[in-house]
Amino acid sequence: MEKIFQKLSLSSASLVFIILIGIFITLLNSSKLAISEYGFDFLTNADWNKEVPINGMEKDIPTTMKMTDDATSNGDIVDEDDEMIMDEDEVSATKTVFGGLVPIVGTLLTTLIAIVFSLPIAMGIAVFLAEIAPKNISNVVGMAIELLAAIPSIIFGMWGLYYFAPIVADLVGGYQVSLLTAGLVLGVMILPFMAAITRDSMNTTPAVLKESAYALGATKFEVIKDVIFPYSKVGIIGSIILALGRALGETMAVAFLIGSIFVLPSAINDPTISIPVAMANNFGEASGLGESALFYLALILFVISFGVISLAKFYFLKKAN
Amino acid sequence: MRLLVNKIFLALSIFSAMIGLAFLGWILITLFIKGLSSFHFSLFLNDLVNGGLRNLIIGQLILTSLASVIGIPLGMAAGIYIQEYGQGKYAEIIRDLSDIMMSAPSIVIGAFVYAVIVIPTGGTSGFAGAIALAIMMIPVVINTTDSMLSLVPRELREAGIALGASKYRVILDIVIKAAKVGIMTGILLAFARIIGETAPLLFTSETSNYFSLDLTESFPSLTVSIYDLANEPEESSRDLAWAASFILTSMVLLINIAGRFITRNKK
Repeated sequence: MEKIFQKLSLSSASLVFIILIGIFITLLNSSKLAISEYGFDFLTNADWNKEVPINGMEKDIPTTMKMTDDATSNGDIVDEDDEMIMDEDEVSATKTVFGGLVPIVGTLLTTLIAIVFSLPIAMGIAVFLAEIAPKNISNVVGMAIELLAAIPSIIFGMWGLYYFAPIVADLVGGYQVSLLTAGLVLGVMILPFMAAITRDSMNTTPAVLKESAYALGATKFEVIKDVIFPYSKVGIIGSIILALGRALGETMAVAFLIGSIFVLPSAINDPTISIPVAMANNFGEASGLGESALFYLALILFVISFGVISLAKFYFLKKAN
Repeated sequence: MRLLVNKIFLALSIFSAMIGLAFLGWILITLFIKGLSSFHFSLFLNDLVNGGLRNLIIGQLILTSLASVIGIPLGMAAGIYIQEYGQGKYAEIIRDLSDIMMSAPSIVIGAFVYAVIVIPTGGTSGFAGAIALAIMMIPVVINTTDSMLSLVPRELREAGIALGASKYRVILDIVIKAAKVGIMTGILLAFARIIGETAPLLFTSETSNYFSLDLTESFPSLTVSIYDLANEPEESSRDLAWAASFILTSMVLLINIAGRFITRNKK
């Protein structure tokens, strides 16, 4: 019995390992078609679901939110079709290409906007909770902030689209669905998370250090700037990176607001698309090369967020403790 | 001058806390007003096909419960291994990987389940959705179990062993009992976290307009349907989405508050 119990708990623990490896292998395997077709050019190609000529004139198809079935059908079949058509009419000989540049750029930019927007506010909240507010107020506000973190992301998306984005669009101009509004709503969403873990980092500062500084006549600002911040710097950076990792993979809050078109934004208030949103909107309809390209995007997202989170957890947060 | 800088800094900090609270208030008030104005008890009696939410709420609860049935025992067992059995590097690595898995993008987990379950079984199903949610839940349960067991004093374990109990008896009857409240709170919060998930369900369970208990078919999901409804042009669909969001958020927040209340009382 003892042996069985121990084996059971060991295999459950190993399941974590298996699932993570499984995710990586599955994504790699499912994106094989796209990887062998495009290789690393995928990362720099801005065309998604676009028919390009094998020879002859370029033929644009409008970038729409949904892919049509025939445009994304199996790569092999497309090639056969192309050869058949080429015999009859050379001008319309095309193949459909998928490039990942637009969603990759969209993901990075929305995350950047979110961090830039939420960082100062989150730091302010963390300082308020850790140092300024009396204990009972800090507890209540801290709990409210944590509840904000528990609200499902789809609610942020809906609220953002119907209430927040119109105000931003009025102030800044441009579209209601854009890189900017998506980034800002994403910022609101990671704000409580970032504030809560930053506060926890700041709270690790020993009281003795703070009291010595106060005894020397330092103001609260000076204590925070010269004692708490240097002491908890590593932990705070770790917290920020962890929030960044969360923002990278967020789907629903962004899906409502980014506009979901495969076009590189030329301004901050242009609509575009991010990796999770590209997957959310197109997975159901995709097949063949298109589906494989989506898995390729998923693989890229998985590798990036794995790297970012590991960096935060194992370099910064471990060092902080 | 120093005092002035100090004052400005403190004011800025208080101001940012107010911004944070203002966003929380804004979202909750919006939800409350929009949700309540479209809220009606008949929503609980009709399915989506008749303009109600009954099938979606029940569906979401079934998906989340099934995910819990899969995820909680696995997560707890793994947490027990890390804390009680694991020695050295392997347990440490599993703990780290579980931490990473906790922050893995949920849409990627959806894609993984899509590739390993939806494609081989030929279509979206309630089972696939529940498994995707279970994968989200496992690392959270591991984390809770691990940290709650670490709070149990070593003397308790030693006392059990001294009485001649076998190790697994000590773990089940003494250690788990001592950490019960903490673990249950953690599980409650994990439940609240996955009940609001949308992304892992989008292409695993999808959603359905009809009442269904058949887990081998597309399964009604409240969150996925909110996403669909909110993007429809008709005002009536969007109102329904707001009512659904109100119900969903109420559930999530109530579970959260209940969880915190339990821990506070214990202290």
